[in-house]
Amino acid sequence: MRNFSVFDIIGPIMIGPSSSHTAGAARLAKVAAAIAGKQIKRVEFLLHGSFSETYKGHGTDKALAAGILNMEPWDEDLKNSFEIAAKKGIEIIFTPADLGDVHPNTVKFIITKDDGSISMVTGSSIGGGNILIFDIDGQAVEFTGERPTLLTRHRDLPGVISKISSILYEENINIANMRVYRNEKGKMATMALETDSIITEEAMSRIKDIGEIDNVKFINPIVEEVI
Amino acid sequence: MFVSTGKELIEICNQQNISIWEYTIIQEIEKSESNHQSVINKMRSTLHVMMNSSTYAQENQVHSVSGLIGGDAYKIRQYANKNNTLTGEFMNRAMARALSSSEVNAAMGRIAACPTAGSCGILPAVVLSAGEKLNKSEDELINALFTAAGVGIIIAKNATLAGAEGGCQAECGSAAAMASAAVVEMMGGRPEQALSAAAIVIKNILGLVCDPVAGLVEVPCAKRNIAGTVSALTTADLVMSGIYSKIPFDEVVWAMHKVGKQMPSELRETALGGVAITPTALKYKKEIFKD
Repeated sequence: MRNFSVFDIIGPIMIGPSSSHTAGAARLAKVAAAIAGKQIKRVEFLLHGSFSETYKGHGTDKALAAGILNMEPWDEDLKNSFEIAAKKGIEIIFTPADLGDVHPNTVKFIITKDDGSISMVTGSSIGGGNILIFDIDGQAVEFTGERPTLLTRHRDLPGVISKISSILYEENINIANMRVYRNEKGKMATMALETDSIITEEAMSRIKDIGEIDNVKFINPIVEEVI
Repeated sequence: MFVSTGKELIEICNQQNISIWEYTIIQEIEKSESNHQSVINKMRSTLHVMMNSSTYAQENQVHSVSGLIGGDAYKIRQYANKNNTLTGEFMNRAMARALSSSEVNAAMGRIAACPTAGSCGILPAVVLSAGEKLNKSEDELINALFTAAGVGIIIAKNATLAGAEGGCQAECGSAAAMASAAVVEMMGGRPEQALSAAAIVIKNILGLVCDPVAGLVEVPCAKRNIAGTVSALTTADLVMSGIYSKIPFDEVVWAMHKVGKQMPSELRETALGGVAITPTALKYKKEIFKD
């Protein structure tokens, strides 16, 4: 039996009308934007299932755009996200799609950046504003963004993970959960690592310096502070 | 860890001579590995969101994104000020508060889900209206929200708070049960009376389906927030007069869970049954999603 917090019952504080179609959508897009990195030029949202059928009435489209703009799910500017995106010169496109046998509230983000590079992120809004990211650039992953999350793209060689965990240990950061994914032995691997505390700048720069690591991203949890 | 049943909740509160809200705060501090001050402050900011959402649409005509609902909280507020209402200013203002949060939610304003966004009007309307009438301080209103949360935790552990799983009885029903229990403790009622109120409220809404027109959290959701608010308030009086629920809270929650399981999926938020498939509802749906 789950040990609920008071704030699972009374909360989240959010922009309506729907925790899964609005708050969860904003959260998904915010995490997708963090994964893509800065200077976003254009985003195409492939909307699946219930997202594609009811996105207009639930403001799912505005919430998704707001998340790309790094807004929190409780930001009252959320409903003005289209205008804000236009001012910033970010192109937003919504396309209904069939993403296969996935949760009914699923969206695939195709994010084009200023330098022309493209990031693709797929995730679902799984209820109560909670989310699950399950694909990044064609690589299966699985994380919720509820904890500080470190995402690495690294060469699949012995000792890489040990180097990362040693740095976290030296910085006194506890690992809550970690998973490594790869398509082929000895090539590139992806790791999603969730920690109990914020990953410090110091730890981040030391992890970036590990030779076998191609790319590392850090995603802050979207946690309500006292508003 | 928070107790799993209403029976245990009453026992532990009585043993320690504390209220449900006191027990709930103690458990939250333990679970969050936090302190009293930060737990209270988090609930204070939630209360402030509730105060705004339950007031805004009474003073401003707020319309939903789809255009399906709006402007009604303003209407009831104007009407509540007149002397010739049937149920009086108190009840009319409570209804206006409930509708205000629901309209703010549908218009993409800021609300606190309690327990869900679709039922976000009930708890603020009930606690703020009762608090105003009984001259309660902000701290006492915060305590009432902890009572409500404690009752909600027991329901969540034994049934569900999601309309997609249990129908509207699980959302607006749970919200009203939580709210009624909160007011009973606010009025000085004992934990067993608070849970008696919650049980009566759920019994009176048992079987209510979730049938949102066009799949949106607007019709009939907003008006069901009013119905839940009125039920929570009148049931608090009922219980404070000495009346008890003949069926204990835990068994009522069990019944609600079972009824939810027996509900066909058409009546659980899919918009494939109930008022959602009436000719008028289908006409609204066509208009909203025409392009």
